[in-house]
Amino acid sequence: MRRGAGRLLLFVLVLAVLWGLWEGYRWLWMREAWTWPFIVNGTSMPHLHSIFGALWSSARPGGVGPRLVTLLFHSALFTAKEAAVGFALGAVLGFTLGAFLAHFRILSRGFLPWVVASQTVPILVVAPMVVVWLNPKLPTRFQDWGAVAVIAAYLTFFPVTINTIRGLHSADRRALELMRSYAAGNWRILWKLRFPAALPYIFAALKVSATASVVGAIIGELPSSIQDGLGGQIINYSQYYTTQPTGLWATNVVAAALGITFFLVILVTEKLVVRRAPENFA
Amino acid sequence: MSVVAIKDVTKRFEETTALQSIDLEIEPGEFVSLIGPSGCGKSTLLRIIGDLIEPTSGTAAVNGKPARQARIDRDYGIVFQDAVLYDWRTVAKNIALPLELAGWDRGRRTAKVKEMLELVELSGFESHYPWQLSGGMQQRVSIARALSFDPALLLMDEPFGALDEMTRERLNMELLQIWEASGSTVVFVTHSIAEAVFLSTRVVVMSPRPGRISNVIPIDLPQPRTATTREEPRFFELVTEVREALHLGHDLERAPA
Repeated sequence: MRRGAGRLLLFVLVLAVLWGLWEGYRWLWMREAWTWPFIVNGTSMPHLHSIFGALWSSARPGGVGPRLVTLLFHSALFTAKEAAVGFALGAVLGFTLGAFLAHFRILSRGFLPWVVASQTVPILVVAPMVVVWLNPKLPTRFQDWGAVAVIAAYLTFFPVTINTIRGLHSADRRALELMRSYAAGNWRILWKLRFPAALPYIFAALKVSATASVVGAIIGELPSSIQDGLGGQIINYSQYYTTQPTGLWATNVVAAALGITFFLVILVTEKLVVRRAPENFA
Repeated sequence: MSVVAIKDVTKRFEETTALQSIDLEIEPGEFVSLIGPSGCGKSTLLRIIGDLIEPTSGTAAVNGKPARQARIDRDYGIVFQDAVLYDWRTVAKNIALPLELAGWDRGRRTAKVKEMLELVELSGFESHYPWQLSGGMQQRVSIARALSFDPALLLMDEPFGALDEMTRERLNMELLQIWEASGSTVVFVTHSIAEAVFLSTRVVVMSPRPGRISNVIPIDLPQPRTATTREEPRFFELVTEVREALHLGHDLERAPA
C-alpha cells in the first residue's frame, strides 16, 4: 500500500518535472528570442495545457462535432487492432525462427545475417511493398488493416528472434547435465528447461516489440492510405499544423499512450507468468 | 555384482590427461568418497560413472551394464555443488521433475514428494520457490530430487562444498541417515578430509597430472556414525592417514622423474 503511494508520488513528480522543463524551455527561449536549434513560439511548442485542452474540445475549429479525444480514441482502437495482430504474428514468427536457429546452430550462421539485414531496410521502404503485394490477396475482412498488421509484425519479430536464441542457450550447464542424467530427450529438455529458462529473455524482447508494433502499425497506415487509424490522423493534423498545432501534439500523446498500454500489458503478463528470483528479472 | 565397475579408464581433454588407467569397483551399500586436490579428475570420474562424459578408453559399468544404458534406465541420482533447482518450479515440483520425466501420474508423484520432503525434513515448504530457501535447504531439496525415484546409486559432486561448516556437519549426519534408510550406494566427491572420513566406508585418494588413484583407505569406524564419531581417536588416525596419502601423492608429482 505504502509502496503504491510512493510510486504514484514519484510518477506525479516526474510528470511535474517534465512539464516544468517543457514550459521553462519555452519561456526562456521566447524571452531571449533564441533561434537555435529552432524558433520557439506558440506553433512550434504549444503550451502543454493547450495540448491537453485540445483533447477535450471539439475536433473541428468552430466547436461542432465530437471531442478530439473521442475521435482519437476510436483511431487508437483501430491502430491497436493492427498492432495487436501484428505483435502476435511477429511474436510467434520470431519465437519459431529463434527456436529453429537456436537448435540448428549451423543454419543460424547462414541465416542470421539475413535476419539482421531485414531490419536494416527502412520500414518506410518495406511498408508500401507489403501493401502492394499483400492487399489484393487478402480476404475482404482483412483488407487494408491486414497488410498493416504484417508490417507491424515485421518490426516485432526481430528482437524476439534474437532473444529467443540467446535465452534458449542460457540454461545452466549443470541444469543440462541434470536433464541428461534423467535421460530426457531433446523435446523434454526444450519444454522443461530451455524454454522456461528463456522466458525472461523472451519477455525482455516482447517489451521492446510491443512498442515497436505500435510504431509499425502507425507507419504502415501511411502508404496504404488508411484513414481510420492514428497514422491517418497524424497525416491529417500535420497538414493543419501551422493553423492548429495542438491537434498533432494531441495525436502524439494518444499514440504514446497506446504504446505505453501495450508495454504495460506485457509487463503485467510477465509478472504473472515468469516465476523467478526477484533479482533475475530482466 | 558391483554397482560400479571402472576398468582401465583413461580420459584426455586435448593435451591434458584428466584420468590415467583408473580401476575401481564399488559394491552395493558402500559409501565411497573420492578425494584429491583440484585437477585430480575426481569430478571427471564421477561424470564418467554417470555417463555425462565418455572415457577416451576403457569401460565404465553401472549395475552390470554399460554406464550409458544405466543412465537411460535412470539407475542413479546426481547432486551437484550448487543445488541446480529450477527457479520457476516450486520445491515440490523440483522434486517431482525426474518423476514427471519417468512418466509417473500425478497421484503417485504427490505421494512420493510428500515422502521425500519428510525424509529431508522440509515438510511444509512444498510451495516455496527455491530462492526463498537457505543454501542448506536448497541442497536438501536437491538430495530429495536425486533420491525421489529410488535409484540404486547416488552420485554427489562436492554437494556441501558451498555451505558453512555448521550446516555441512548437520547435513553430513542427515545424509548418513538417508543412506542407511534407503540402502543405496553413494559415490561422494569432496575436498574435505574430515568429511570423507566421517561419511565413508572407503576413501579413494586421487592425485593430479595425470589424474590417478594413489591410495584406497578402508574406513573401519563403527556404524552408525554419530556426533561423537568425530571425537574418537580412530577418527583422527584415519584423518591423518588420508592426509598423508594426499601429501604423498602430491610429493610424487613434484619428485623428479
